Amino acid sequence: MKDISSAIQLIPLEHYILLSVALFSIGLMGVLFRRNTIIILMCIELMFNSVNLLVTAFAAYHSDPSGQVFVFFIMIVAAAEVAVGLSILVMMKRNVDSVDINLLNRLKW
Amino acid sequence: MVGTIPNINLAWLVPAFPLIGFLITGLAGKRLKHNQGGIIASAMIFLSFIVSVVLFYVLRNSGQDSATVTLFNWIAVGNMNIPFAFLIDHLSLTMMLVVTGVGSLIHIYSIGYMHDDERVNSFFAQMNLFTFSMLLLVMGANYLVLFIGWEGVGLCSYLLIGFWFRNPAFNYAARKAFIMNRIGDLGFILGIILLFFTFKSVSFSEIFAQASLMHTGGPIITLITLLLLVGAVGKSAQIPLYTWLPDAMAGPTPVSALIHAATMVTAGIYMIARSSILYNLAPITLNVITAIGLTTAIVAAIIGLRQNDIKKVLAYSTVSQLGYMFLALGLGAYSSAIFHLTTHAFFKALLFLGAGSIIHAMGGEQDIRKMGGLRKKMPITYLTFLAATLAISGIPPFSGFFSKDMILSKAFEHNVILYILALGGALLTCFYMFRLLYLVFFGQQRLAGANPHESPKVMTIPLIILGVLSVFGGFLNIPSLFGGNLSFSNFLQSAVFSKVSEKISSSTEIGLIILSLVLLILVIGIAYRTYVRKANLPAEDGLPMTAWSRIVTNKFYIDKTYTVAFEKPYSTISNFLFNKVETKVLNPIVDGIGEATSRMGALTRKLQRGNMSFYFFAMVAGILLFIVFILTI
Repeated sequence: MKDISSAIQLIPLEHYILLSVALFSIGLMGVLFRRNTIIILMCIELMFNSVNLLVTAFAAYHSDPSGQVFVFFIMIVAAAEVAVGLSILVMMKRNVDSVDINLLNRLKW
Repeated sequence: MVGTIPNINLAWLVPAFPLIGFLITGLAGKRLKHNQGGIIASAMIFLSFIVSVVLFYVLRNSGQDSATVTLFNWIAVGNMNIPFAFLIDHLSLTMMLVVTGVGSLIHIYSIGYMHDDERVNSFFAQMNLFTFSMLLLVMGANYLVLFIGWEGVGLCSYLLIGFWFRNPAFNYAARKAFIMNRIGDLGFILGIILLFFTFKSVSFSEIFAQASLMHTGGPIITLITLLLLVGAVGKSAQIPLYTWLPDAMAGPTPVSALIHAATMVTAGIYMIARSSILYNLAPITLNVITAIGLTTAIVAAIIGLRQNDIKKVLAYSTVSQLGYMFLALGLGAYSSAIFHLTTHAFFKALLFLGAGSIIHAMGGEQDIRKMGGLRKKMPITYLTFLAATLAISGIPPFSGFFSKDMILSKAFEHNVILYILALGGALLTCFYMFRLLYLVFFGQQRLAGANPHESPKVMTIPLIILGVLSVFGGFLNIPSLFGGNLSFSNFLQSAVFSKVSEKISSSTEIGLIILSLVLLILVIGIAYRTYVRKANLPAEDGLPMTAWSRIVTNKFYIDKTYTVAFEKPYSTISNFLFNKVETKVLNPIVDGIGEATSRMGALTRKLQRGNMSFYFFAMVAGILLFIVFILTI
């Protein structure tokens, strides 16, 4: 544990933050502008993981393992979410024979 | 006060039978064969009558005066406790016997009379519901149970007046009766509320026990009695609320006989007699009752002189006779009023049923100017009608003589002027009744093409029974003058508390009877000369008349006065509210609210097109805005 923390601390914190922001922004842009639902799901995962990365980095710099434990919880939730998201995707493919997000426009009123 | 009397609990059966009959004929009416409903309904009322007779003997053998039968605890809130209870005493037994006895005869008669009507089963359902309500009214042990019955009979009266609802005029008459009664009921409700407020109870026994300790003429007791009187005036068709009763003749004739002659209209008299203790404490109210009763008796009799519809004549006669009962009540002679109520139930029900038989025979014709010569064609109807006419005119020894003579002599004991006015009313009664009798049964048949025939047995047998009662009913209460002992009045003594007044000597009484008898025979002679010997017919409608006869023919313009004084302003206000307030003010406001909401909805629904990308975009934009907001603070 000590070794991993010191290994992480070899790289300055700013780099982690910049990387996370870059990953998060890429994910966000993907969610906003792509139409393929699979890619949108992947982008959501990307945003999750950028946050995870940041949490891990901060945890290491603060020498507080609870942040790293927390990341595991986030991963589990993300896995569950992916399961739900993919099953919705399968149903969508079966019903409208497409994965274009804009075809899912009947969820209104 | 009251020990338990074995078998008195049978009392609940009395109203239960008509209720069962109502449920059967009302709910299964469509499945019953034609006229089966009538047989069931009549049987139920007759069973009720038998139970009433049994109760009469049960109470008599028990040696007690009254018994309370509590069915269940109806309202229990805080320290208010109102049981659903029946009071069985001599007064309510008398009323029960009249209601079920006369009622069952009228039901049996209706089987024949309503035979051809397609809604005959619902007719009997309503008649049974009426009898049930009327029994609740007379049996209730507190003002609230009485009030349920009071409203129930009002409802049934409305339904039955408008029974032939396809005729708009009949519906109008039904509504008129209902609204007029409602005015009275308002007073009655206020009276009950005030009673509860004063005595903290609505039960007869508790109120009367407390009231007997009160002083005479207190303002509260006067107010209570006046308010209750308003209810009685509405229900019993007295001035100024009597105009609904003649219009109520729109209903089938058995309805007029049962509801608007024998039972419901006497509810007011029953209620005042029941509250006799309260009324004895309020001499002002008693004077008001006397004035109302006497005025009604005379005015209605005068109007009755010029009516040409057979049922209208009888209706005004009913109003007039009810006026006599009110007069008796006002003089504190409650038992005389109840006695007149009983004999009146016999002979007036008979008159209405006879009239129904005549109308039946004439094929629906009600104008007495078109009848005539029916004596030979309808002998049973003629004889029974004659008996009833003699009874209502007060010819000894028919029943009406005893009851009316009691009221007249009470009036004489009170005041000679009262006596003269009341006697005048009685002479008018005699005249219009014999006018009716002569025009209908004597002379030549005037309606061409009609073939009058005697009614079937199912109709004539009730007529005969009622005829016997009309002839001999008076013997229930033979005054001491004729060697009797006033058994009916004594029977009622435990329930109603008549005021004692100084007795007039028997020689005076005999003088009065001879005087009234001579005058009555004179009046009958005049009627005979006018309508049989000279065969004068009442004038056709639309001929020029003298001022007085125009006023009488138009019923003193009272209906028209009400139209001008209440109906017109009311409809003016309603029209104003409708045309100005509702359409110009209220509608735009309500519509405006709805329209604004849907406009806003139309605006905002553009945000929710179901476009996911837009949702994401909005979400991110929102989060960014939120962050910016937090950072700038």
